[in-house]
Amino acid sequence: MAVMTYREALNLALREEMHRDPRVFLIGEEIGLYDGAYKVTQGLLKEFGERRVVDTPICESGFTGVAVGAAMLGLRPVVEMMTFNFSILALDQIVNSAAKLYYMSGGQYSVPMVIRGPGGPAHQLAAQHSQSMEVYFYHVPGLKVVRPSTPRDAKGLLKSAIRDDNPVIFIEAETLYGIKGEVPDDPEFTIPLGKAEIRREGTDVTVFAYMGMMYRALEVAEELAKEGISCEVVDPRTLRPMDIETMIGSVRKTHRAVVVEAGAGFAGMGSEIAAFVTENAFDDLDAPVERITGANAPMPYAKNLEQAKTPSKEKIIATIRRVCSA
Amino acid sequence: MAQTKTITPATKIDADLARRLLSQMLLSRRFEEKAAEMYALGKIGGFLHLYIGQEAVGVGATSVLRADDYAISAYREHGHCLAKGSDPRRVMAELFGRRDGLSKGKGGSMHLFDKSKNFLGGHAIVGAHLPIAAGAAFAIKYQGGDQVVLCYFGDGAVPQGEFHESLNLAALWKLPVIYICENNRYAMGTAIHRALAQTEIWRYAETYGIAGEAVDGMDVLAVREVVARAVERARREQAPSLLEARTYRFRGHSMRDPSAAVYRTKEEVGREKERDPIKLFRERCLKGGVLTEAEIRTLEKEVNDLVDEAVAFADASPEPPLEWLTAEVYKE
Ligand SMILES: Cc1ncc(C[n+]2csc(CCOP(=O)(O)OP(=O)(O)O)c2C)c(N)n1
Ligand SMILES: [Mg+2]
Repeated sequence: MAVMTYREALNLALREEMHRDPRVFLIGEEIGLYDGAYKVTQGLLKEFGERRVVDTPICESGFTGVAVGAAMLGLRPVVEMMTFNFSILALDQIVNSAAKLYYMSGGQYSVPMVIRGPGGPAHQLAAQHSQSMEVYFYHVPGLKVVRPSTPRDAKGLLKSAIRDDNPVIFIEAETLYGIKGEVPDDPEFTIPLGKAEIRREGTDVTVFAYMGMMYRALEVAEELAKEGISCEVVDPRTLRPMDIETMIGSVRKTHRAVVVEAGAGFAGMGSEIAAFVTENAFDDLDAPVERITGANAPMPYAKNLEQAKTPSKEKIIATIRRVCSA
Repeated sequence: MAQTKTITPATKIDADLARRLLSQMLLSRRFEEKAAEMYALGKIGGFLHLYIGQEAVGVGATSVLRADDYAISAYREHGHCLAKGSDPRRVMAELFGRRDGLSKGKGGSMHLFDKSKNFLGGHAIVGAHLPIAAGAAFAIKYQGGDQVVLCYFGDGAVPQGEFHESLNLAALWKLPVIYICENNRYAMGTAIHRALAQTEIWRYAETYGIAGEAVDGMDVLAVREVVARAVERARREQAPSLLEARTYRFRGHSMRDPSAAVYRTKEEVGREKERDPIKLFRERCLKGGVLTEAEIRTLEKEVNDLVDEAVAFADASPEPPLEWLTAEVYKE
C-alpha cells in the first residue's frame, strides 16, 4: 500500500493499463507535451511516445469522434476532456455515437472507451468552468458514469473503466487532485463498476454523497455523532449502473435517507435516489427522503456567493436533525 | 488540383468489370424501387432515404476498394452497404425491422452495419460520422495496417463543424481516409448556394493542404478512376483526400418528401434524369460492344430475382423477440 495523491493514482492507473494493453492510448488537449492541464498525464508522453499519447487541437467533437471510430476498430481510447465543461461540445458523439452504436448495430460494434477529466464545482472559476456535468450523461442508456471520490477509487475504478467494453464517463474533480490516500500497489487491483461504498457506518440516517459532498457529509457525521445522531455515509461511486442493492440495504437499516449533491437540484441525482428509495423501501422509511442540493443558479464568481451555491455544512446538519426528529 | 472529369473511354472496358458495375448499380436501383413499394405497403416504416440517381458513386468507389478496406456513410446508405457486399436479404430484413436484419432490426434503414464486410454504418446525425471515419483510419495506422477508409457524406455535412474538424485532423495526422462528398445539390430543401459560401466543395481540400478532386458522379468509370487515385494516395502515402462527386437524387429527400416540388422544378428533375447513371453506362456498354442487349437483360433478370428473394426473406423473418428491447444496451 502506498500513500499518493488522487492525481498520482490516476496517473498510475493510466500507466499500468497502457503497459498491460497495447490497444490503450490517450487522446486529448495538452496531455502530452504540456503534461496535462492538471498534470494527470504527466510523464506519459515521455514513457509511451506520440503514438500512444496523442495531443489534439481544440476540437472536442472531432477528437471524441476519432476515439469512437478507433474503438469500433478495436482500440481502447482514453479521451481526456481538459475539463468536463467542454465535453458538451462532444455531447453528440458521446450520446448519439458512443452510447448507441452497440445497440443499433445489433451488437456488432462495441465502443470500449473512457472519457475522463475534472468536473464539478471548482474554485472561483465562475459559471462556465464550475458545474456538475454528470447529469448530462447518466440519463443515457449505453453509458456508464463514474465519480471517484478517493485516490484508491480513482485508481481502481479508472482501471475497470479502461477494461470495460462500453463507453465510460469518468468525472474527476479539480478540488480533489491534491488529496492523499492509501492506494494498493498491485497492478491487478481494480474496483468493479457499479459498487457503492459505505464510507462510515451508522444507524440513524443514510447520507448519500459523492466527491466533495462526500467529504462534507463525513465532517457532518462526525459532528452529529456528538449529539447522538449516527449517520451512515454511502458513496455510490458509479452513478450508472447504480448499486441500488447496497443503497437500499443501508436505508432498510437506518430508516431515513438524505441526499447531498453539489449540482442544481432539479432532476438531479438526488431526484433519482429519492425516487428509487421511495419505490423500493417506502415501508422502511420513518421520514420522507430529503434532498440537499446546490442552488438553482449558475455558479457565481464572487467568493461569498460561490460558497452559498453548494450545500453548506450547516444546511446539511439542519436537514439531518430535522429528518431524524421525524 | 483537378477539375470535374468526364471520361469517354478510348480503351475498351473489360466486360467482366462492366457486368459487375452494371449489375451492382441495378441491384441498388431495383432494391430501392422495391423498398419504396414496401414502404407504401407499410412493411417499412420511419424515414427511408433513397439513393436512386446516385448509384454510380457508391458502386464506382467501392469497386476500387479491397474487401478489408472500410466504408462508412450517413443515412442514405442502402447502396453503399449493398456495394460493400452485404446480403440484400439481410439489408431488406433490416428495413422491415425483422430479427434477421443486419442490425437485428434495431437499426433500420438509417443504421445498417455489417462488421463482416467492414461496413461501419449508417449514421443519421449529419456530419457525425466524419470524425468516426478519421478514427477508423487512425486505428488502421496505429495497428500498422494498409487498409483505407472510404467516408461518404452529403453536401449538407460541409457547413458542419465536424467536416472541418475531420479534414483538419486527417490532414494533420496523415490518416488513410478518403472523404467523398456526394454533392446532389440539396440538403433536404436547401440548395447548396443557400448553404455554402464556397459551393465548389472539393476546394476545401486546399485549405487543409490535401488532395481534392471533383468528378462527374453520374459516370461510374470516372468515379472509379478518381477514387482509385485517392485510394492509392491513402494506401501508399497515408494521405487523405477530399473528393466531390457531382450527382443528383431523383426522388424526394425521403419517402415523406415524395414530390420535391417546392425547392426544385420538375424541369430540373427531368433534365437530370436524362443523365441517369445506369442509363449512361448501359448505353456506353452497348455502343462500345462490351455487353449485348441479351447479356444486360440476363443481368436485369438476375438482379430482379435477387431483390424478390430479399423481399420474401425479409417478409418471412420474424419480428425481434421482446427480450431484445433491453438486450445489448451494454456489452457484458
Ligand atoms: C445534425 C443534423 N441536423 C439536421 C438533421 C436533419 N437532416 C437529415 S438529412 C438532412 C439533409 C442532409 O443533406 P445532405 O448531407 O446533402 O445529404 P443528402 O440527403 O442529400 O443525401 C437534414 C437537415 C440531421 N439528421 N442531423
Ligand atoms: Mg445533398
